[in-house]
Amino acid sequence: MNKGEKVKNLIVDKPLKLDCGKTIVNFPLAYETYGQLNEKKDNAILAFHALTGDQFASGINPITKKEGWWSYALGPGKAIDTNKYFVICANVIGGCMGSYGPRNINPENQKPFGTNFPVITINDMVNAQYHLLEFFKIDKLFSVVGGSMGGMQVLQFVSNFPNKSRTAIPIACTASHSAQNIALNELGRQSIMADHNWSNGFYEENKKLPDKGLAVARMAAHITYLSKKGLQEKFGRKLQERDDLKFSFDADFQIESYLRYQGSVFVDRFDANSYLYITRAMDYFDLTKQFNGNLSKAFEKSETKFFIISFTSDWLYPTSENRDIVIALNAIGKDVGFAEITSDKGHDSFLLDVPDFLNAVKNFLNTSYYKKI
Amino acid sequence: MKKEFNIIANLIKKDSKVLDVGCGDGQLMKYIYENITKDIRGLEISKNNVQKCIEKGLTVIEGDAEKDLKQFPISSFDYVILSQTLQAFLDPENVINELLRIGKKAIVTIPNFGYWKVRMHLLLKGTMPVTNNLPNEWYDTPNLHMCTIKDFENYCNKKKITINSSNLNFQNVFSELGIFLIEK
Repeated sequence: MNKGEKVKNLIVDKPLKLDCGKTIVNFPLAYETYGQLNEKKDNAILAFHALTGDQFASGINPITKKEGWWSYALGPGKAIDTNKYFVICANVIGGCMGSYGPRNINPENQKPFGTNFPVITINDMVNAQYHLLEFFKIDKLFSVVGGSMGGMQVLQFVSNFPNKSRTAIPIACTASHSAQNIALNELGRQSIMADHNWSNGFYEENKKLPDKGLAVARMAAHITYLSKKGLQEKFGRKLQERDDLKFSFDADFQIESYLRYQGSVFVDRFDANSYLYITRAMDYFDLTKQFNGNLSKAFEKSETKFFIISFTSDWLYPTSENRDIVIALNAIGKDVGFAEITSDKGHDSFLLDVPDFLNAVKNFLNTSYYKKI
Repeated sequence: MKKEFNIIANLIKKDSKVLDVGCGDGQLMKYIYENITKDIRGLEISKNNVQKCIEKGLTVIEGDAEKDLKQFPISSFDYVILSQTLQAFLDPENVINELLRIGKKAIVTIPNFGYWKVRMHLLLKGTMPVTNNLPNEWYDTPNLHMCTIKDFENYCNKKKITINSSNLNFQNVFSELGIFLIEK
């Protein structure tokens, strides 16, 4: 796959010291932009993607030829309206859509890094993306926005750069990755590692990819993005192209067939090692611990106006964990709004057509933009 | 604009920090935001109303006043407003205590059960009063703890809460609403 022509790359030439202790330099950061930066440069939004997202948030992804992951929310006339705002979205480091990751060549041995790639954190991802502000000569963003792992990046960004964004919208996320979420990520990682083709992460040399392990990881994760009610309503016990059970281990049920399909298409666009690295970054995320158990301290220096959003049926990043961020901000008198959106679509709600959610984002952005004091 | 908005807004000093508890669709907040202070936010339990506040560009936190006021530190607001919802709480005393803890001052409005029309309704019809301010029947009312202006004054005296001003000069018989500025 030749990504060269389709992927915009910023080569970050300043050294970036990672949390693991290693330093990286001259590394690529793949990004995409939507809309136009205005003359005052006050309409820029940095959007952060979730675990399996990439820089192609809107429109047709030139690599996969499918709709961008946030096409419902982001684009001309959408909630994040690219007719008004200039949106930048970058592939996280550790990712596999052009940013520095385990598929890049290790200068020490001229082979792909594989699991020799340094372990990265949410903090590292955000620090790498900060270079985009300098690149576009943007002094202050209008907003930072993202769901799930994207929301974690929003929180880390405001904490690291307290006065670099006027507003922030962390969606369906947490300030501290829970034991349940670490457990679910570990399930995915073990599934990849149990695939013989994984070869301790050096599968690129063998030309045999750990597709089965990665597909199972995706299937398991996909269930966690939905809700019991949503699954029941969409699939119930409906059978897949058959009138009765076959008394075998074929995909008798539609839900089985659906999950197998989700797993199979995922391996075409995602790298198994990136999946390991990015889930690890999520597990290591604990902004509360970074501030010695007091989350409020993470935002003390910030003047950013927050709008936090959760979804009723999201059991992966439940309302209670989102509300903890609201509480931390209220405890120090910061400007924070909060809405829990009713939806049966589970954690995935932030990616889907959920009108109350999309309207809330749209109204918050538009009223905040024109309300300059 | 409702008359009571004007009375409430006049109790608030310019550019002070305000929380509107049970802010509804944000009408009062919007009025105060445009005329008195930009530093105002609301707490609202109804999802529908939360959306309406966001539409108006107001800062609103979805939450339940009976549970979620405790997250705010002592004296974190100059004024905390509770407009016509006191009687609907399970534990109104706890809510008043919380208002006075997080606000330097609190503005409380109550529908006055001592209003003459309410008195006449019960006296003449012999059924639970239904008026413009109290539109519900006894079986579907959200109002659990109705009180009169006089009841509220007595309560404040008993609990050593200072009433700084109230509207319409304590007219227990002739006011549909009681509006109180209180502090501890």
